Amino acid sequence: MTEVEETLKRIQSHKGVIGTMVVNAEGIPIRTTLDNSTTVQYAGLLHQLTMKAKSTVRDIDPQNDMTFLRIRSKKHEIMVAPDKEYLLIVIQNPCE
Amino acid sequence: MEIVYVYVKKRSEFGKQCNFSDRQAELNIDISPNPELSSLYVERNPVDTGIQCSTSMSEHEANTERFEMESCGVNHIEGGWPKDVNPLELEQTIRFRKKVEKDENYINTVMQLGSIMEHCIKQNNAIDIYEEYFDDEDGVEVTEEAPSAKTINVFRDPQEIKRTATHLSWHPDGNRKLAVAYSCLNFQRAPMGMSYESYIWDLENPNRPEIALKPSSPLITLEYNPKDSHVLLGGCYNGQIACWDTRKGSLVAELSTIEFSHRDPVYGTIWLQSKTGTECFSASTDGQVMWWDIRKISEPTEVVIMDISRKEQLENALGAISLEFESTLPTKFMVGTEQGIVISCNRKAKTSAEKIVCTFSGHHGPIYALQRNPFYPKNFLTVGDWTARIWSEDSRESSIMWTRYHMSYLSDGAWSPVRPAVFFTTKMDGTLDIWDLVFKQCDPALSLKVCDEALFCLRVQDTGCLIACGSQLGTTTLLEVSSSLSTLQRNEKNIASSMFERETRREKILEARHREMRLKEKGKAEGKDDDQRDEEAALNLEELVTKAEQEFFDVIFSELKKKEAEALKKKPKPKKASVETDGGEEMLGEVIGEEEDTGEDVGGEEREDVST
Repeated sequence: MTEVEETLKRIQSHKGVIGTMVVNAEGIPIRTTLDNSTTVQYAGLLHQLTMKAKSTVRDIDPQNDMTFLRIRSKKHEIMVAPDKEYLLIVIQNPCE
Repeated sequence: MEIVYVYVKKRSEFGKQCNFSDRQAELNIDISPNPELSSLYVERNPVDTGIQCSTSMSEHEANTERFEMESCGVNHIEGGWPKDVNPLELEQTIRFRKKVEKDENYINTVMQLGSIMEHCIKQNNAIDIYEEYFDDEDGVEVTEEAPSAKTINVFRDPQEIKRTATHLSWHPDGNRKLAVAYSCLNFQRAPMGMSYESYIWDLENPNRPEIALKPSSPLITLEYNPKDSHVLLGGCYNGQIACWDTRKGSLVAELSTIEFSHRDPVYGTIWLQSKTGTECFSASTDGQVMWWDIRKISEPTEVVIMDISRKEQLENALGAISLEFESTLPTKFMVGTEQGIVISCNRKAKTSAEKIVCTFSGHHGPIYALQRNPFYPKNFLTVGDWTARIWSEDSRESSIMWTRYHMSYLSDGAWSPVRPAVFFTTKMDGTLDIWDLVFKQCDPALSLKVCDEALFCLRVQDTGCLIACGSQLGTTTLLEVSSSLSTLQRNEKNIASSMFERETRREKILEARHREMRLKEKGKAEGKDDDQRDEEAALNLEELVTKAEQEFFDVIFSELKKKEAEALKKKPKPKKASVETDGGEEMLGEVIGEEEDTGEDVGGEEREDVST
C-alpha cells in the first residue's frame, strides 16, 4: 500500500500537476487530491467518456484497445489511464 | 336512338346448364356516321393535351399520435455506490474506500497506471507539442512556379508587301488597343508600292485592324497621348511630325512643315506632361531634338543640337536614335545616340551649352532602347549592340551592370512596370528574353523564340502582364507572362535597390582607383625633366616594342658571347664544342625564360606579341 502512496505522491509532485485521482469502475473516487464536488464531477464525466472512447476504438478494430486518453484544453490537459476496473486521472498544466 | 337487344328465355330452361356453342357473327346494329352532326361542332386543331406515361399514384395524409419530447441534462451527483453504503455518511464511504485500497488488484493496477501516467506527464513537461513554431513567418512561401509566357494573339500586316513593325504603343485607357507603326528601315531599299499605312489594332480582333492611319511618309514611331486617348503622334521617315485624331478619321490632322522638321527619319517621339497635354518632343539621327506644340505644329518651339563638345555645331552632332523622358523628372531627358553614347540633358538650362549635362559611353553601336527604371529613376537601362546595360546616374564612366555579349544584336528593351528587377529585351534572331535580376543575373530568366524573323520592337502593357513585340515582317505578337513575373515579390524593392546601390558603389570605387592611377601617372610625368621619361609616359606602342626587342637581343647576344668565351678557355673537343653550343642554346632557353620572368609588365606584353 505504501507503494501506491509513493506513486501517487510522486505523480502529484511533478511540475504542472494540478490534481490526481483514482476512480473505480462504478465511478466512485477511491483516492483524490481535489475537493469532493470536483472529483465527483470529473469521475462521472470522464468515466462515461472513457467508456465511449474505448468502445469507439474497439468498434473500428476489434483487435485494438485503448491504452490512454488525453484531452487537451485551453487551460490544462486531462490524462486518463484506463484499466479494467479502475481509472487513474491526472490534470496537468503543461504550458511552460 | 336506343340500342336494344331482347334476350328471351323459357321459364323451364331457368337454371339449366349453359351450353355454349359457336355461332356466326350477327350484325345487330349498324349506325352509320351522320355528317350533318358535324355542323354542330367546331374543329379544334391543334389540340393541346397533356399526356403522361407513368403509374398513377395518389397522395394521402395521416396524423399519428403525438409523441412528447423533452430536452434535459443529466447531472451526476454521486457515484454508483453499492447499496449498503450510504453516500452521505462519511464513515461508511471512508470504510468502503479503505477496503478497496487494501485490494491487491487495486495496488497492482495503480502501480501500472502510475508508470504510464508518469511517462506522459514527463513528456508534457519536456516539450510543448502544440507550440506555435513559425509564428513570425507570415503566410506560406510563394509557390515557385517556373516563369513562363505564352502567345495570346498574333496581328499580321494585312499588306502584301510586308513592312517592319518599328514601334508599338498601347492605348492609355484600359489597354484594349495597340497602335503599330510600320515602315521599312533599310536605307533606300523600301520596295516599290509599299504602303505607308500604319494601323491601330483592337486586341479582340486580329483579323482586321480597327483604324488605318494614312501619312504621307511611312511612320517610324507612333505614340498615344497619355492624356487624350484619341490623339496620336507619329514620327515620319522623311523627318516630319504628324498628329492624328481618331475621331476625325485616318488622315493626318496636323503635319509639321518640312522645312522646319528633321532632316532624317524621326526615331523618337514622346509626349510631355503639360497642363495642356499638347506638348511633345522628337529626336532624329540628324542630331537635333525638337520640341513641338500640337496646336501650332508648323514650327518647333525649341531645338537642341546634340553636340557633346557643347559648341552647338550641327556637323559635330551625334545622331539620336532613342529618347527617354520620365514624367517624374520633368526637366531632364536622355538621348541615346547612334555612336553608342547616352547624353543626359536638362531642358531648363539657361544657355544652350548647359543643356547637355553629361554623357555616358559604353556601347559599341547605336543605342536602340533607353528607359529609366520606373521604381528607381536614377538607374536606367540601355540596349544596344550585343548587350543590355544598366547604368546609374552617379557613375558616369561605365555601366553598373551588364549582360554578357549575345550571339545576335539586341534591338529593343524595356523595364517591367510592376517589378523593379525585371526587364525584357528582344533580339534580331527573333527571341524575347525576360531578365529577372533577383533570380539570376548572368542569364535571362526566360528566353522565348517568338518568331523566325528578327524582332524590332517591344512594349510592355502597364499591368506588366502583356507584352507586344513587332517583327521584321510586320507581325505583332501578343504574349502573356506568368504571374510570377508580373507580381511584385515581397522584399523585391529592397533587394533591387540594394543591388543597384551595391553595384554603383563598386563602380565608384573602381572609378576612384582609376582616377588615382591616372593622377599618379600624371604626377610622375610632371615631376621629371627627363625627356625620355616623358616619351615613356607618352606610351608610344611601336617605340616600346622595338625598344623591348633591342634589349632582349642585346642581353641574349651578350650571354652567348660569354658562353663562347668560357668554352674557348677550356680545352674543347669538337663534340664537346657542339655539346657546349647545344648547351649554350639550352642555356639560351633558360636565359630567355629568366628574362621573361624578370621582364617588366609593359615589356612582358610586348614580348608576347613578338613571340606570336
